[in-house]
Amino acid sequence: MSEHGKQMPELDPELKKFNEYTVMREALNNVETLPDGILRMNLGPSHPATHGILQNIIDIDGEIIIKARPVIGYVHRTFEKLGETYTYNQFLTCTDRMNYISPPMNNIAWVLAVEEMLNIQAPPRAQVIRTIINELSRIADHIICNGILGVDLGAYTGFLYVYHYRELVYNILEKLVGARLTTTFTRVGGLEMDIYPDFVKDVKHFLKTYPKIFKDFKDLLIHNRIFIDRSRGVGAISAENALAWGYTGPNLRAAGVPMDLRKDAPYLVYDKLDFEIPVGTDGSVYDRFLVRIEEMEQSLRIIQQCIDNIPEGPFAIEDYHVTMPPKPEVYGSMEQLIYHFKLVMEGVIMPAGEYYSAAETANGELGFYIVSDGTGKPYRVHVRRPCFWYYQSFPELVEGGLISDSVAVMSSLNVIAGELDG
Amino acid sequence: MRGQNPEKNQELLKQVQLKLGKFVSLVEENHGMVVAHTQPDKLLSAMKELKENPLFNFDVLIDLTSVDYLGKRDVRFEMVYMLLSSKTLSRIRIKAPVAENEEVPSLIDIWKGANWPEREVFDLMGIRFSKHPLMERLIMPDGYIGHPLRKDFPVKGRGEDYLIESILRPVKKEAGAQESL
Repeated sequence: MSEHGKQMPELDPELKKFNEYTVMREALNNVETLPDGILRMNLGPSHPATHGILQNIIDIDGEIIIKARPVIGYVHRTFEKLGETYTYNQFLTCTDRMNYISPPMNNIAWVLAVEEMLNIQAPPRAQVIRTIINELSRIADHIICNGILGVDLGAYTGFLYVYHYRELVYNILEKLVGARLTTTFTRVGGLEMDIYPDFVKDVKHFLKTYPKIFKDFKDLLIHNRIFIDRSRGVGAISAENALAWGYTGPNLRAAGVPMDLRKDAPYLVYDKLDFEIPVGTDGSVYDRFLVRIEEMEQSLRIIQQCIDNIPEGPFAIEDYHVTMPPKPEVYGSMEQLIYHFKLVMEGVIMPAGEYYSAAETANGELGFYIVSDGTGKPYRVHVRRPCFWYYQSFPELVEGGLISDSVAVMSSLNVIAGELDG
Repeated sequence: MRGQNPEKNQELLKQVQLKLGKFVSLVEENHGMVVAHTQPDKLLSAMKELKENPLFNFDVLIDLTSVDYLGKRDVRFEMVYMLLSSKTLSRIRIKAPVAENEEVPSLIDIWKGANWPEREVFDLMGIRFSKHPLMERLIMPDGYIGHPLRKDFPVKGRGEDYLIESILRPVKKEAGAQESL
């Protein structure tokens, strides 16, 4: 296996001063100096167990991982730089591609950040619809995370049971916005368009059919001896340690810290809803699994409370400096045409200043630090990507454990390469 | 930020002024968040105080980033830190101006989570951190020249040829001249 470390082309000394930063090159070139019995090998970057383009260079002694070095950046697209050239609504397309397991949540987090800058609020109808879609995508995200965790530990059946219901969520999204993955859901100031007529019926169908199969999924795994043996106590992290690493979201809650922005800094309609924040005890793979299971239950509760109470009314605010005027009016009136033109060419003009806003996405706190210079495009966008903060603790979680456990740890952390690299 | 209590913010602001007066030059409230301005050489002491003083108890470094104010300010860069207290849920933003080629102390001894974000800032913005155990590129490929998030780096990039040449062949004179980018 260590044969892969074929010598890279010798570097010109002149160039070496530019190339001081060579983690991977050093690791691959110094294979000969390893002690006897220690093997250096690649886990990834393209491996079925890594779910994304993630590379780990690991030193192993038999099956025990001695040292792990994560190498990231394979799907880096410099969204922060692109953000400086996009208008605020255009940047939505970048957020789609960050956590691509649950894109609508990222869209909503971004739009909320921009609305906070403008100090506006979307109409109640849009807020409730956003909440429903937010929670539907949280369920879709956790289905992937927990389902794949089962697959990695040898339980394929459960994943196939629930995957069909993730498909139902995607069908709803497809009918709603026309796309399954790159949803670009919602706009600054409300929704792009109203929900389709059967939306409520489709969501209710999901709410009615999913719990039954979800129970089967839980029965297959929660009390499964093999699953428990492989996951309980594996990759555990203490609450203090998790906070020091900057953990947020389900992974932090599994370590026993009940922090959730939906409760701590309520947005959308979360303050009017009745739901609970599940917490674990030791932050191990099993606890992370259980926390995500319980979060799905709570999400179902939230959707149930919302679905019958979608208020009537406009789906976007009628301030044409922010939202597009209706098309018939654009074709019929000079003033609306100018608004339309201005919005397309310049975007929504933001007040100058520095803003930070965050929302609770499936992986934790997705924060946006935006510096605006008073134009339609941000001067600087920084995205606080939850994955990026907690994945750096990966070596600490897996060193001293088995290779097969590292796969479980990575699955349970729900590391999404697109969000990790930004 | 949303969810921050204005009264609690005012109280925090006063306490920061009182306890951190020698480390921070200006404390203000900016869009619902307390912002404290400091200097790179006083950063470590200020951060230690904010974490360890039970009055503040900011035990989580929630975000770390940098902004390039090329042509807008005398001091080109600015480091931005955001702290969160898991007990009181209050937040504070610490900002420090950083000149070109100036080093910023690494926060890795206070919060180990500062490791990758600092490397990311070095990689993409080119600000070096002193006493960081591994000040190497994190996201861009090894041997990449330049720091993409700087305002003088072209959005379209410099092209693949430039990149491959920089890795495989000796750097030519004109490419070397752009080292500072």
